[in-house]
Amino acid sequence: MRTLQLRVNGEPVAREIPDNRLLVDFLRYDLGLTGTKEGCSVGVCGACTVLLDGQPVSSCIALAVMADGCEVTTIEGLAEDDRLHPLQRAFIEYGGFQCGICTPGQIMAAKALLDVNPHPSKEEIQGWMMGNLCRCTGYYKIIESIQAAAEGKGVS
Amino acid sequence: MNHNDTLIGKPLPKVDGLAKCFGTTKFADDLFLPRMVYGKILRAIHPHARILRVDTGKALARPGVLAAITRSDLSIKYGIMPTSQDETALAVDKVRHVGEAVAAVAALDEETAEAALEDIEVDYEVLPPIMSIEEALTAQVRIHEESKWGNAQKEVALEFGDPTAGFAQADYVREDSFFYEGSTHLPMEQHAVVADFSPDGKLTIWSSTQTPHYVHRALAKVLEIPMSHVRVIAPPVGGGFGGKSDPFPHEFCAAKLAMLTGRPVKITLTREEVFYCHRGRHPVKMWVKTGFRKDGAITAMHFRSFLDGGAYSSYGLASTYYTGALQTTTYQIPHYKFEGVRLFTNKPPCGPKRGHGTPQPRYALEVQLDKAAEALGLDPIEMRLGMLTPANSETINGLKVTTSGLRECIEKVRDRSGWSEKFHQLPPGRGIGFALSCYITGAGLPIYWNDMPHSSVQLKLDRSGGVAVFCGAIDIGQGSDSVLATVVAEELGIDPADIRLVTADTDLTPVDLGSYSSRVTLMMGNAAIEAAQKVRSLLFTVAAERLGCPEQDLSARGRKIFSRTDPERALSFAEAVQLAETHFGMLGAVGSYKPPKLAAPYKGSGVGPSPAYSFSACIAEVECDPTTGLVNPVKIWIAHDCGRAINPLLALGQVEGSVYMALGEVFMEEQVFRRGLHKIPSLLEYKSPTTLEVPEIETILVESLDSRGPYGAKEAGQGPLLPVPPAIANAVYDALGVRIDEIPITPDKVLKALVLKERGDSLRVSVPQFAFPAPIRWQPGEKEKRP
Repeated sequence: MRTLQLRVNGEPVAREIPDNRLLVDFLRYDLGLTGTKEGCSVGVCGACTVLLDGQPVSSCIALAVMADGCEVTTIEGLAEDDRLHPLQRAFIEYGGFQCGICTPGQIMAAKALLDVNPHPSKEEIQGWMMGNLCRCTGYYKIIESIQAAAEGKGVS
Repeated sequence: MNHNDTLIGKPLPKVDGLAKCFGTTKFADDLFLPRMVYGKILRAIHPHARILRVDTGKALARPGVLAAITRSDLSIKYGIMPTSQDETALAVDKVRHVGEAVAAVAALDEETAEAALEDIEVDYEVLPPIMSIEEALTAQVRIHEESKWGNAQKEVALEFGDPTAGFAQADYVREDSFFYEGSTHLPMEQHAVVADFSPDGKLTIWSSTQTPHYVHRALAKVLEIPMSHVRVIAPPVGGGFGGKSDPFPHEFCAAKLAMLTGRPVKITLTREEVFYCHRGRHPVKMWVKTGFRKDGAITAMHFRSFLDGGAYSSYGLASTYYTGALQTTTYQIPHYKFEGVRLFTNKPPCGPKRGHGTPQPRYALEVQLDKAAEALGLDPIEMRLGMLTPANSETINGLKVTTSGLRECIEKVRDRSGWSEKFHQLPPGRGIGFALSCYITGAGLPIYWNDMPHSSVQLKLDRSGGVAVFCGAIDIGQGSDSVLATVVAEELGIDPADIRLVTADTDLTPVDLGSYSSRVTLMMGNAAIEAAQKVRSLLFTVAAERLGCPEQDLSARGRKIFSRTDPERALSFAEAVQLAETHFGMLGAVGSYKPPKLAAPYKGSGVGPSPAYSFSACIAEVECDPTTGLVNPVKIWIAHDCGRAINPLLALGQVEGSVYMALGEVFMEEQVFRRGLHKIPSLLEYKSPTTLEVPEIETILVESLDSRGPYGAKEAGQGPLLPVPPAIANAVYDALGVRIDEIPITPDKVLKALVLKERGDSLRVSVPQFAFPAPIRWQPGEKEKRP
């Protein structure tokens, strides 16, 4: 066991956790932040993507202790003052989700992209998002949604 | 406020968008109940073995373990089809595939439960595994000792017209063999279930299922408790594609463990376990012999299919018939014979994956037509245009086609793709291919036959003007919630946001049979229209009196009920509800839908009939590298006749998703086994397309309004998958001059085909010999006839 101190979605959090606690389990079980999903448990599908100090990580293969002293951002922390993040708005308006299980991971990965590259080309989006699997959409409307968010469309 | 304003045909955002993009949607695995404990399932390590002993003593002694169950706790057989109930929740006498459930435990936490599985002792007598269609046909060992046809689960033989005479009329006859490999659904949500048993003997389960109604029936049967004591709730499902359409062992185990422990039990499958649940695409070997006239018209067809079914029946009876049913709904086939057999093998059971039993024969048929067109010197598109099954006609096997936008679909993709400038004219290594297809909009018959509705909707109107809508339908991502809200809002003239949906809860909602066979929009939509129109009629009665105008003059739009001739005369929707409640009492209504009687009078006619058929046409352009064998799809043009697109944003999403799923099957996805073991039960190895593998796409919706569908709607969720694999295969031939009669089309097969071509040879698929039973013969117009 060890004490973990970090900020999650802007709030300070201190918890005693077992050393082998995975970040995804810490978020889902200990903090009740179930927006982060586990889809493969091997860091391949991207459903569990969260931001660790702004960098996208697969929380299913990251130990929670690795987040000690860091800022973790999950899908629940994306909207500010209940105002939709442009990506959330765009995913809704452009049909960037169907079943929605991969959507939190898609949106968090896309946020990490737009944070470093606010105006990516379609090819840059495709390259960046290749680590986030979706079985419903064929990615077409996910890519359109990210393009729309980057172009400021769908922001209201 | 315009009387003509409509929500139908508008690309409205989905009603669950905010929750899903905020991460607040609660999928089954997101549910946590007070005092909840965790279940884990011990799974078979052998593909085929007799169980000699299962001992859970040590597991029960482990601190934190609350209960353990084995075959004696859950031994009653079940299965999705009433006539092939051959599964048990925990293996009884034998295990028949790796990953089959053998025992289960409940413990205070997942780690303890996992550790307890290691404590369970199982003694097996290992039996020879049967891992292929050919082995199943020749092996002495039987996977199911009691089955009447050896390792064949189902044998089908049907004959329509006079195929012998038809072949005699042909100018050209060809025979081809094909193989379509199995693949799995790979929903990104791993199945999860939470079960809760209350002291009054009532069970509630929340499960990621596409078919809560069938799970309800199966739970009551296996647990031996009345259906009235079982409540199944399906939270939003994180992707199904057919893979969550059967009752599953984890659902029975969670329920049993909750009954034994008196505490809520959650079981969430690992990704590996999802591969073992499977119910995915059947590997199918096919042989097809077709007779053609010089102009390409078909004179007769004889189609044989061999399905590798895996260890249990699942939907296999229907899957078998589906491999022979829909050949006739696209092309006029005057004489037709179909023979099919589904074999048991020691693999996870196959079942309904998107397109259920029809992508495989569609692939065979469309590739064979491409070969025939070349042999006859015809353009493959022009040839097909001359032989399409017309709208409002009956096929030789008794299927009644209503609307068909197929011709328009074909012309659209032909013209948009520049087919006439590209076919046979692209540079070496580049090619273009065409195929078309058809799919059902809901099965004409329910899984267990009865004359009750297939879908019902109940409305409850609130004095505030809000409307609660109750329906058993489950949104698996396809957008059924959005369709339901849109239809009710349209009929009542309110906003979808005024509607609260209560869905997929067997205690609270009227039955909808489930999200399978592309049935929900048509069936639920019709039921919702009926319910909403009933209640609207009550509102119009009171509004007409209050506004002093005839009911026929009233319209409901913009949360108002108003006179069309004098729109100033208006009541708010809430006022109208209050008036109506004052007059009639509490305001609600129900609506139901069941398809018309469609099945022809012969045994086996129950699979194939549908209230309406969707049609698709696809052109694929590919570039191939003859040195590596890599095939890269450059662009896909797809036109889909979905009837009226109630919401084009959702309909386009369904078509695009279907194309994507087809691309996975064409190029990389394989549920394959090595020495009895699943070769790749992990996302590290099971390859599926990423953002980098999807080509440019041009999607065209063709709207042939079908009077059977709500506002004319037909299906969009499955049909558009079907023409993609053969279109790609035909494009590869145009590019390289080699035929790959096997799905997936992988670089090694392309290279092999190129080598063989140099030697004047080609890849060949072998199809086994099998003595099919004498066919059931039938002709349109005939009364019931058996052999």
